[in-house]
Amino acid sequence: MPQRILIVGGGVGGTITANMLARALHPDEAEITLIDASGQHVYMPGWLYLPFNRSSGSSLVRPERSLLNRRVRLVTGMVTRIDTQNHELMVECNKDQQEILGTGGATKATYAYDYLVLATGSRLAPEDLPGLSEGMDRWHDFYSLQGALRLRRALQTFSGGRIVIAIGGIPYRCPPAPLEFVFLLEDWLHQRGIRERTEIQYLYPLPRVFPIESVAEIVTPLLEERQIGYTVFFNAAEVDTAKQVIRSLEGEEMSYDLLVMIPPHRGARVIEDSGLGDEQGWLPTDHHTLEVKGQQGIYAIGDATDLPVSKSGSAAHFEAKVVAARLIAAVRAEEPDPQKALYDGEVMCFLETGYNRATQLVFNYEQPPRPPIPSHYYHVEKQLFNRAYWYIVPRGLV
Amino acid sequence: MPELIHVNVDKEIDARGSFCPGPLMELIRGMKTLPVGGVIAVLSSDPGSARDIPAWVQKAKHEFIGAFPEQGYTRFVARKTH
Repeated sequence: MPQRILIVGGGVGGTITANMLARALHPDEAEITLIDASGQHVYMPGWLYLPFNRSSGSSLVRPERSLLNRRVRLVTGMVTRIDTQNHELMVECNKDQQEILGTGGATKATYAYDYLVLATGSRLAPEDLPGLSEGMDRWHDFYSLQGALRLRRALQTFSGGRIVIAIGGIPYRCPPAPLEFVFLLEDWLHQRGIRERTEIQYLYPLPRVFPIESVAEIVTPLLEERQIGYTVFFNAAEVDTAKQVIRSLEGEEMSYDLLVMIPPHRGARVIEDSGLGDEQGWLPTDHHTLEVKGQQGIYAIGDATDLPVSKSGSAAHFEAKVVAARLIAAVRAEEPDPQKALYDGEVMCFLETGYNRATQLVFNYEQPPRPPIPSHYYHVEKQLFNRAYWYIVPRGLV
Repeated sequence: MPELIHVNVDKEIDARGSFCPGPLMELIRGMKTLPVGGVIAVLSSDPGSARDIPAWVQKAKHEFIGAFPEQGYTRFVARKTH
């Protein structure tokens, strides 16, 4: 009997895991099923460029099926319950998804597993910051396709004033993104000829402008040189969208003409509903084996985990390889290869600094990053990676 | 050296080996979901935490209980006051 491996989530982590398993395991060894709510794979890092018209929404989405090894069975449906006692998942689908679910007309189905991979990602939770839900159309974000497109429209008609960029909650996806946004915005305002009429204010929760000191040391002078205002120790507590003011837990406030929020994040609803996550819905995950704590045979990848690494496609990418290696060994009842089957906290990412320059951060649990001076080289590398992504990353080729 | 004997910790976060988002972010995140009066501990191997964590706790007007050195890391303990 082949072992049943269920993977929940068709983002970068789930997709790489599925493809690596399908390549390594024979159909007699394992049956690999990936369940995804939309059936569409989204390249979220591209949203950063949308407000400035530097990428198009349609280039950032592809059908998940087109990225999966043909041996992976794709189910398009929403997992509504994870039953770890009985090793089953409950899945619901829309009427138009019935054929894809293959349940012969039913809109609900149960899937049993021997091994489970939870790559369920994170979701935006504006309700976690008082004031945001009440005034949904009176602030902006670039953490969703819809938000980034609406921000693009707002910037097109923006003629000057104060733009505030603030963090709505911790943790949030891709820690460099707000800073990258600030640099790209300053560059864009300059090109539009409205930089002198615009004040930019970046509000950050920590005592410096970026979590890692070596990175803060490089970017802080750039902010000052470009006359971008910043306030540290600013943890958003409340937004008053009627008065256009944001207030912090530390007791400060700032008014704005245009507010760009990084909305609070939470883990997937199904993780909370199934009682598997912590207070914010993140899965308690072993730092090295990536097994969900206390749940043998269940692994977590990417944003879904509570690991102290950045919620990023890069972390999910490296974690997926570890989970695939562990599952291949488990299916074959072999000892996993410690070289491949332990996560060391590896993350690699770029940080755009505007004017076609960028730097690169490479680090793991043991080694902090030593970012190079921002240059055109890393900007080009990031742009090439954004395009090459579809061909090399989901397939697990790098 | 301070001793951690009379404080019951309600929540402990292991942020050893965390550079990004880092131990302070883990503390702020943990503090947000902790009930008022609760005590939180963060384990950090980042030398910068010795400066960052007490500074933030003071700025946010919570109570910093102490930094307790262990083998290869430090346990930072704070109480949520409001």
